[in-house]
Amino acid sequence: MSATDFGFTISTTRIVDFDAANRQRYEELLSRVPSYKYCIACGNCTATCTAGGMTGFNIRATHLKFSRGQYEGLADELNKCMLCGKCVLVCPRGVNTRALIVNMRKLLEES
Amino acid sequence: MKTIAVIGAGPAGIEAASVMARQGCKVDLYEKQEEPLCNIRDKALLFPNFEKADTIAEALLQKLRHENISLISGHEVQQLERNKGKESSWTVDGRQYDAVILASGYTPFDAHRKEELGYGIYAGVHTSLDMERMLREGRIVNSIGDKPRRVVFLQCVGSRDEKTGNHYCSKLCCVTAVKQAIEVSKMLPDTEVYIFYMDLRMWGQHFEELYRSAQEVYGVKFVRGRISEAAGTYDGRVQIKAEDTLLGLPLRITTDLLVLMVGMEASDGTRKLSQMCGICGEYGFVQSSDPHLNDNSTLAPNLLAAGACKRPMTLTDAINDGRSAACEILCSYSLPLVFNS
Amino acid sequence: MFDIFVLPFCAGVVALLAVSLMKYIRWINSFSKRQQITIRRNILSIKILPAIWEMFRECLLHWRITQRNLLLGYMHRSLAFGWFLLIVVGFVQALMACPGGHPFYAAIFFNYFEPRSERIVEFAHSQQIATLMDVLLLYVLSGLFLAMLKKVWSKPLGMKRTTKHNLTDRIAKFSLWCIFPLRLLAEGATSSIYGNGGFLVRWVGTVIAAIGLDSAEIEYLLWVLYSLALGTFFTLMPFTRYMHIFTEVFLIYFRKNGVIEGNKPSGYTKFELSACSRCGICIDHCPVNRELGISNTQGVYLLQTIRNKDLWHRAEQIAANCMVCDRCQVECPVGIDLATIRRQVRSEAHTAIDKPVGYNYLERVHPFNAIGRIAYFGGCMSHLTPGITSAMEQIFKAAGQPYWYMDKEQSICCGRPLLQQGLVKQAEVLRRKNRDMITRSGATMLVTSCPICYQSFVKEYQLSIKVMHHTEYIDMLLRSGKLKVKAGSERIAYHDPCELGRGCGIYQAPRDVLGSVGTLLKTKEERANSLCCGYNLGNISISTDQQQLVRDAALGNLLAPNPDTIATACPMCKRSFARANAIPVKDIAEIVADSLVQD
Repeated sequence: MSATDFGFTISTTRIVDFDAANRQRYEELLSRVPSYKYCIACGNCTATCTAGGMTGFNIRATHLKFSRGQYEGLADELNKCMLCGKCVLVCPRGVNTRALIVNMRKLLEES
Repeated sequence: MKTIAVIGAGPAGIEAASVMARQGCKVDLYEKQEEPLCNIRDKALLFPNFEKADTIAEALLQKLRHENISLISGHEVQQLERNKGKESSWTVDGRQYDAVILASGYTPFDAHRKEELGYGIYAGVHTSLDMERMLREGRIVNSIGDKPRRVVFLQCVGSRDEKTGNHYCSKLCCVTAVKQAIEVSKMLPDTEVYIFYMDLRMWGQHFEELYRSAQEVYGVKFVRGRISEAAGTYDGRVQIKAEDTLLGLPLRITTDLLVLMVGMEASDGTRKLSQMCGICGEYGFVQSSDPHLNDNSTLAPNLLAAGACKRPMTLTDAINDGRSAACEILCSYSLPLVFNS
Repeated sequence: MFDIFVLPFCAGVVALLAVSLMKYIRWINSFSKRQQITIRRNILSIKILPAIWEMFRECLLHWRITQRNLLLGYMHRSLAFGWFLLIVVGFVQALMACPGGHPFYAAIFFNYFEPRSERIVEFAHSQQIATLMDVLLLYVLSGLFLAMLKKVWSKPLGMKRTTKHNLTDRIAKFSLWCIFPLRLLAEGATSSIYGNGGFLVRWVGTVIAAIGLDSAEIEYLLWVLYSLALGTFFTLMPFTRYMHIFTEVFLIYFRKNGVIEGNKPSGYTKFELSACSRCGICIDHCPVNRELGISNTQGVYLLQTIRNKDLWHRAEQIAANCMVCDRCQVECPVGIDLATIRRQVRSEAHTAIDKPVGYNYLERVHPFNAIGRIAYFGGCMSHLTPGITSAMEQIFKAAGQPYWYMDKEQSICCGRPLLQQGLVKQAEVLRRKNRDMITRSGATMLVTSCPICYQSFVKEYQLSIKVMHHTEYIDMLLRSGKLKVKAGSERIAYHDPCELGRGCGIYQAPRDVLGSVGTLLKTKEERANSLCCGYNLGNISISTDQQQLVRDAALGNLLAPNPDTIATACPMCKRSFARANAIPVKDIAEIVADSLVQD
């Protein structure tokens, strides 16, 4: 649990607790998809996403949650991806977003 | 008397020519176009104080009127080479000079290259330069000639984009978009104006205040998210797909005008001449010797560079850069400085 | 007619036949249901004749390799065909020389038994046959020489890189290489004592005699070594690359009768795995090797990791780094279906393969009434190349063809990107939805702008309506006069997309279209040889820098004849080349739309 004491309770599921979060999977993801280091979360991938137009799947939010250790519900979200590849074609930083999705799925399975 | 060639009659070139001429050098100013200052001529108002571009242009042209300056317009320099024998002098298309200042400037990014944004395909898509022309004419209309109800600006077109090969930031587009957004709001108070951005780089003096006044006084709306693609609608409007990243939801908006903030790239002249002389740096721009102490010199002796041929820069910086290049040359020849107004 | 030294050879033959037959029977028994049905239906069909012809042409003559490089083809042919003829002519020789019958090894060791056994008699033309045997032996030895040369200098044989072989393969190769020189020496030693044999053997005999080695002990030793070499080779054969010698024959037979790879590995896959001769031709042509210098992920190594359980842990990594451009597939002399096998490996390695499919949201996409219209499927990528789609819409209108732009608002991916990653079940869900939309719409034909989608529609969808790529469709319109264009003088270099060209065999229609609107230039690597543009959905391991290296090779090929424009037929190829910002890049549809003549 976090060391900050605001003097009133905070529901721990409502915050990103950077101290307590398990970021090991994120480190592993970075080593498997090194281009992920370049991401500036501009949202172009989500904007162009084929599945994103029909469902709540948000690739940027998904990978950001993953990097902050918030894994709940991510596996189901990632299942909605059709691997169509538009996101790779629009990323201004050259992140391999498809490899990101495939590897996030794998890492969520592996634990 | 020293003879200097300045290649490019933009703000940097004119300022450099003017300073050197008034200190006793003979300056030949080469310009590819028929008229100098081609990149300023289309502008309406300049940031940060909304000065009229024509005023600045006129003041710069006034500086050209000096007996020591010879403007050679309509002439694209083909050959720029060191003189064999006389190591430190240069030949420009057959004429000899003691030194050369390369001020061949920039060219705006060709928005056709971002095909998914539909420039040249859908009628409602324009660039920031097209918008500048519309502001100059005082007439902003949508694709069917009516007053636009909504105008959307998109930042970072052709800059910070691996897919166009330009990883760098073009520096001016953020403040230009805010400026144009304010101008559009002034001209069309009932029109909704949006700016879609990845970051808002308000680095200069008064820039952040401009941003604030855009929100406060003019009601410009800012959305943090890139536009991935645009599509034309049946009634000549443009529908765009973006993500509102701060909200975390995809966003779709139909607009009358989509204005693409195009970045700055090295001009053809800059690319060609810098490669010819071995002073080419990244992205076709000229490489200066040292970014701190020797920003006007290049690796070639007596060949200096000033202005946007080195990197994207503002008008103020280009004029200052031209002046400093001129001073470099004057100091190297130990010429006495004459002060007059 | 017996001597103890023939035993290693006989043991080798027995071991070879026993192990091979056991393997083949086991594999045939594990064919998938669909494959078994195909075989039973075709087992005695007329297709056996073209199968035999292909076996002769490929297994013996190595026709495809010869087309690639004459010397390389000669080398493989001389070893295969030469040895085959040696055996056949040798049996004829033994048959004619032993009227009372002979043991089977007599044909192999004929020259040993000829001067010693009474059962061997002179027969008409025996000297000519002996000469023929010597000519064939020389033929095989010349090939062996080339094989040795290839080890040190492979360029004249057209190979820049060759396979790295494992220890068993190297021992087998060593024993193989020993066989024919040993045969020559053994026969020569016999000839030095008894004077028998053809011209070559007798010459070797005189040399042996000249250096004083014409003793009975040395002669016997050489025959023993020859038999050992043969025995070793045959015993090792079923466990090495040389298994391909027999397996390829079976593979051709099955393939000609319509057996294909399925989504999961089967007994047929085992045949394909063993039919690989590790020739290394797939490495040479692969862009991952040519442009990126990575030479351990190609087909030959993929098959190796499947065959060898100890290497299976590398399979996932090897399977991933492939552009699926099919260059290896068109070059493979055996015709192994490398793409499907790679997909099977990707399937097995993919953790999402067993997950419930998460595409329920597709239920919300509704069908559309498009009776009497053509369905136009832009493809996901075409949203990022609106130049292509707006050109197609212009063309449809100019031809007066009512159309339904299926994925203008919402697109459902065709499913091929999922399939290429091995996610077969997921791809099927998307296919079902798209197929449902197309069938229920009542559209008369399907035209698509994306070759990836096109290949998917043609090969995996099984639609009842005709499917065309837009280049085929425009070609049809031009031929029927429904569309008129003005001829231009633009110099155009056309890039064959991997999926459209090698994938679906469409090379001519785009060229015919371009010929009517400009001057089409020839490039060095075109049609089935065209280079990958760098952008692809098959490879998720490659970085953007590496993609650009691959692209630069393709771009260099296109720019060589100095065109004004590069023409593409695929949105991804268009984006890849446009990123280089060298010369204008346009899709064929855009070029045609610009050249339209309105009546």
